[in-house]
Amino acid sequence: MAGSDERVPADRDAPPGLEAPDLGRRRFLIGGAAAAASISGAAAVGLHDGELGAPPQTFRGAVPWTEGTADVPPGASGTGYLFFTPGEAASIEAIVGRLIPNDEVGPGAVEAGVPFFLDRQLAGRFGRGDHYFLGGPWPKGTPEQGYQSRFSPAQLYRAAITAVEEYVGANFHGASFSKLVAADADTVLRGIESGAIKLTGGVDSKSFFAMLLQNTKEGYFSDPIYGGNRNMAAWKMIGFPGAHYDYKEWVSRHGERVPFEPVGFKGRPGWTEGTT
Amino acid sequence: MTTTLKPVDAVLVGFGWTGAIMGQQLCDAGLNVVALERGPWRDTSTDFATGFAQDELRYMWRHHLFQNVTYDTLTIRNNTNQEALPMRHLGSFLLGTGVGSGGVHWNGQIWRFLPSDFLTKSHNEQRYGKKAVTDYDLTVQDWGVTYEELEPHYEQFDRLCGTSGRAGNLNGKIQPGGNPFEGPRSNEYPTPPMIQTYAPTLFGQAAAGLGRHPFPHPTGNLSQPYVNPLGAQLGACTYCGFCEKFGCGNYSKASPQTTMLPYLMAKSNFTLKTECEVLRVELSADRTRATGVTYVNSAGEEFFQPAEMVVLSAYVLQNVRLMLLSGIGTPYDPATGKGVVGKNYAYQTMSSVDVFFEDKILNPFIGAGALATVIDDFNGDNFDHAGLGFIGGAYIAGMVTGGRPIEMIYTPEGTPAWGLEWKHAAAKNYLKSFAISVHGSCMSHRGNYLDLDPTYKDVHGRPMLRMTFDFTPNEHKMSDYVTDRAAEVARAMNPREIKLNRRVGSWSVVPYQTTHNTGGAIMGANPTDSVVNKFLQSWDVPNVFSLGSGAFPQNAGYNPTGTVAALTYHAAQEITSRYLKSPGPLVQA
Repeated sequence: MAGSDERVPADRDAPPGLEAPDLGRRRFLIGGAAAAASISGAAAVGLHDGELGAPPQTFRGAVPWTEGTADVPPGASGTGYLFFTPGEAASIEAIVGRLIPNDEVGPGAVEAGVPFFLDRQLAGRFGRGDHYFLGGPWPKGTPEQGYQSRFSPAQLYRAAITAVEEYVGANFHGASFSKLVAADADTVLRGIESGAIKLTGGVDSKSFFAMLLQNTKEGYFSDPIYGGNRNMAAWKMIGFPGAHYDYKEWVSRHGERVPFEPVGFKGRPGWTEGTT
Repeated sequence: MTTTLKPVDAVLVGFGWTGAIMGQQLCDAGLNVVALERGPWRDTSTDFATGFAQDELRYMWRHHLFQNVTYDTLTIRNNTNQEALPMRHLGSFLLGTGVGSGGVHWNGQIWRFLPSDFLTKSHNEQRYGKKAVTDYDLTVQDWGVTYEELEPHYEQFDRLCGTSGRAGNLNGKIQPGGNPFEGPRSNEYPTPPMIQTYAPTLFGQAAAGLGRHPFPHPTGNLSQPYVNPLGAQLGACTYCGFCEKFGCGNYSKASPQTTMLPYLMAKSNFTLKTECEVLRVELSADRTRATGVTYVNSAGEEFFQPAEMVVLSAYVLQNVRLMLLSGIGTPYDPATGKGVVGKNYAYQTMSSVDVFFEDKILNPFIGAGALATVIDDFNGDNFDHAGLGFIGGAYIAGMVTGGRPIEMIYTPEGTPAWGLEWKHAAAKNYLKSFAISVHGSCMSHRGNYLDLDPTYKDVHGRPMLRMTFDFTPNEHKMSDYVTDRAAEVARAMNPREIKLNRRVGSWSVVPYQTTHNTGGAIMGANPTDSVVNKFLQSWDVPNVFSLGSGAFPQNAGYNPTGTVAALTYHAAQEITSRYLKSPGPLVQA
């Protein structure tokens, strides 16, 4: 039988207070009993994400199953910013508001909650560089070699926001990004996108822009449990019905509009009294 | 300190499709087998249940089921004049890890290679002359195994998965509705094809109108419930659109979990150890025999597992790296062309054509990993290459794997990547667009290879694998030619507009292309130009077998898993019927 007294590896590098969603999940997992089919090793206190420090296990005699170990997603919780300082928040809200502006067609990135999504991502594993290799040496690579910064995403955002504000201050009479008129804001963003604007602080402009745009679209279109795509308005705008699981009866109905309202992992507005 | 464990008959290094298939075959033959998997245990009910499986952010973009490159990655460069740098983030290919590995998050596209694909050198040389197979410094080879030898084993894999499709060639007789170009099949598919949604249907009609030969993509996303020979039951696919990069919560995508593990895990002579990474294969003093493997578990404890037979059943990149780290075979040197381990690394040449309608609602979110109507008219040697300046080809698929909105929003030519204009294009086109996929072969080339990196090391202090790769003019010409053929079908669908996404420039690690890496541990007829024989047995250390797509001497224009599985069954049959009675070389050098 598996030992149920196996120590759960601690998060070695998590800043305190930034791991709320994960801690909840860990507690949930730790509560599980030992795998019946395990003949040695530890309970399935799974760090399911390829992290070192997950307990080695041995299985023989059956497919194992353990109570309380479902690998449920680590959603975002709370309100307010954990990662961004007030100054950074003002910058990032203004920037993503230009990447996806608001109008009658659909929500802007700010209205969809993208800044909050980015905050929780940067405060958590993604921000720390989980699933990034950040070891040296760090010579400059070719475009084909992709991301070659020594910065984790959290470090990159922090350095880049400072550098963007530095550029804007120096080139727009001391203004900050949030005070720029739309055309100037877009010109600055296009310069960062193309690399024509060189950012200071060791920030590769194109790498930062590529990450920011990708993360903005993630916050705009991912399941609302991660803090963005507020009210699934981005899904509504394009006509994506969300986390539906069975379309069998629609497969052969060519050209018909599927009338389902979008639904996320937590359901949808209207399922719970008092939600909007 | 290294703890020596009790000897076993066979140790499997890695536990995805090939490890599971070989494990089952060896256990059925009565061997005591231990599988070492460096990732975690994973199963449907716990790890990708339908209540949370359809999560694009977590699985696709946060790489939840993929290899964590924080601890182990490789270095990359386009040619030997460049300095290889680490792949710091997954992009071009999405490496698997954990029980089932890539077999969990694949699309379920199940293909057989063409009979002529196994004779890349001799067939093309005979038809087009010697220059055709040596132009551009190509180093293509024959496989040393034929389609006819593999056919019963392709069949075994189809029975295991319950593959849904329609035969195009039954024992030499061409069948209506199937792929008329395929090699002869001994049997019809176990289950009928999936039902096609609107976009693949329109694609098929347009292709037929041009005189092409459309057929439903053969798929491991099952069209109906199926019980396989091991007693595992699969359910009918619900077309949820979350196959590739995701685990199936519905037991309707063939994977080691859904087809084999209930049977294999119950066997008393099979043991699986997870979070155990093999560091190297240990050899006898004269280097002619493997004595077992040394591995370290996630608690940092090191073990030596003695074994009569070592089966490398990890992904191609790890198998090749372990051979190089363990001193099995002679490393390939691109300067001299001598040596074999790492030789002929190849990939897949991908391009696409986006199709935009003004008024047709396609509902792209109704999808499945292999939901497509395909034409094979321009794959392999299914068409005359005379005067074209390339060999190889691609299938063209009107394919809808899903409509996951972070990844799969198509916008017309000239649309900016952000801003109001992008948002309006996304809103306007999402329901009315899809992509035609051009899935091309990749020939082997003298300068494309794998070796050990001189600078970068993994968490265990071992050199990373170094990948040197670029597309050759052969691949660019092939891809342009077949992409033009795909555009003809696209235009015949009478859309508002189309957008060609050609294969341009050098290979880049950034955009996702496909996880079809091949070569480096190639098979062949003799040890001077191959690493393993036709039974995937090392020429140098005959109790080591290297499974998987590393054996491909070059890559054909199809998804590799069907051929990977068939080669594994083919090897297993020879091991259990001949090798176990008299361990030693199965082919005399």
